[in-house]
Amino acid sequence: MDFLIQGITAITWQQVLMWGIGGLLIYLAICKDLEPALLLPMGFGAILVNIPFSGVLHQTLVGIGDVNGIIEWLFEVGIEAAEVLPLLLFIGIGAMIDFGPLLSNPKLFLFGAAAQFGIFVTVVFASMLGFDFKDAVSIGIIGAADGPTSLLVSQVLKSNYIGTIAVVAYSYMALVPIIQPIAIKLVTTKKERRIKMPYNPKSVSQTTRVLFPIVVSIIAGLVAPASVALVGFLMFGNLIRECGVLKSLSETAQKEFANIITLVLGITISATMRAESMISVQTLMIMGLGLLAFVFDTISGVLVAKIFNLFLKEKINPMIGGAGISAFPMSARVVQKLGLEEDKHNFLLMHAIGTNVSGQIASVIAGGVILSLVPTLIR
Amino acid sequence: MDMVNVMNSLILMGKGMTAIFVVTIVIFLIVTLLIKFTPNNSKSDK
Repeated sequence: MDFLIQGITAITWQQVLMWGIGGLLIYLAICKDLEPALLLPMGFGAILVNIPFSGVLHQTLVGIGDVNGIIEWLFEVGIEAAEVLPLLLFIGIGAMIDFGPLLSNPKLFLFGAAAQFGIFVTVVFASMLGFDFKDAVSIGIIGAADGPTSLLVSQVLKSNYIGTIAVVAYSYMALVPIIQPIAIKLVTTKKERRIKMPYNPKSVSQTTRVLFPIVVSIIAGLVAPASVALVGFLMFGNLIRECGVLKSLSETAQKEFANIITLVLGITISATMRAESMISVQTLMIMGLGLLAFVFDTISGVLVAKIFNLFLKEKINPMIGGAGISAFPMSARVVQKLGLEEDKHNFLLMHAIGTNVSGQIASVIAGGVILSLVPTLIR
Repeated sequence: MDMVNVMNSLILMGKGMTAIFVVTIVIFLIVTLLIKFTPNNSKSDK
């Protein structure tokens, strides 16, 4: 009857700790409403994969041989093989995004680009802390503030910390409303936060909306060929939305399709949340570095907006630069809220949304650029 | 601390940010031209 207590005797304190972390993720998802679609499956998956001899992971059974576990298999097929799940999710995300506010004010593109600086600062700090270059880059990509991009880059670079990076990336995205106001207030004055920006959108034609995803894919692909998968799938989703003849597909991509992929992705990521790889000092370091990435992203976006103000007649509120990270639409809402806090007639939402969607494009471009550059540096 | 890694990180920062800005500026210019030369005829599209 030893088999009855085999599982109990094999429990380690690290696994129990991971159950606690899984429980915490579930708590944050249910009680705090923080990215519930991802944190809940990840939290539950973290419990499943940390049960001794768990059937969701591959096992070698005496007398039978190798038996596949569903979560580990999903990880191998859905993420490891060709990053299928994160890429498919991009189709749904692309279909959800309305680039209208950005297209009507194209200079906002530059803030999205500027707000990727945190990625690279974090790579430098991670390298200084002794992480292997590929791991350092994978940690830095947390600053893309884009879960699928973080997953894809860390997976392609075969980082040893994929699970930790995924958890940290999604957690900080959920914590944007807490992190960003502090960072923005650090580098702006009350007077700057009060700057009002009238919203007079230029009219955007259907032709522009249809050509935009095609043009972006080609340009990004020519400069950084490795970005074609990332940018291409995002823009494919957007093309479905904007073409006007695939309404039903567009709605499916935005809702059912994105939901199914998100559901499977969350539990699949948990395959990497095993106690032996998660419980380490490096996890704490990655948490600190992830926070640094978000803070530097925000600050660099704001500072570039301030530099713009040196040359512009009609000043822009530098806070909208901080919305250049990919966390959509939380970041735009943060800027709107901060604007209203300073002046109840200061409506910045549409400008911030424009910057926020530019951050989405810039973050996938950043992911692709990094994938193109890293092989040239580690030769 | 591995100085080679740190140097690589700094090179990545320089090249990476340059590439991102180049792509972004080219997109910005093309979008500006598109908006200029493809005027909107539909009010509902605004």
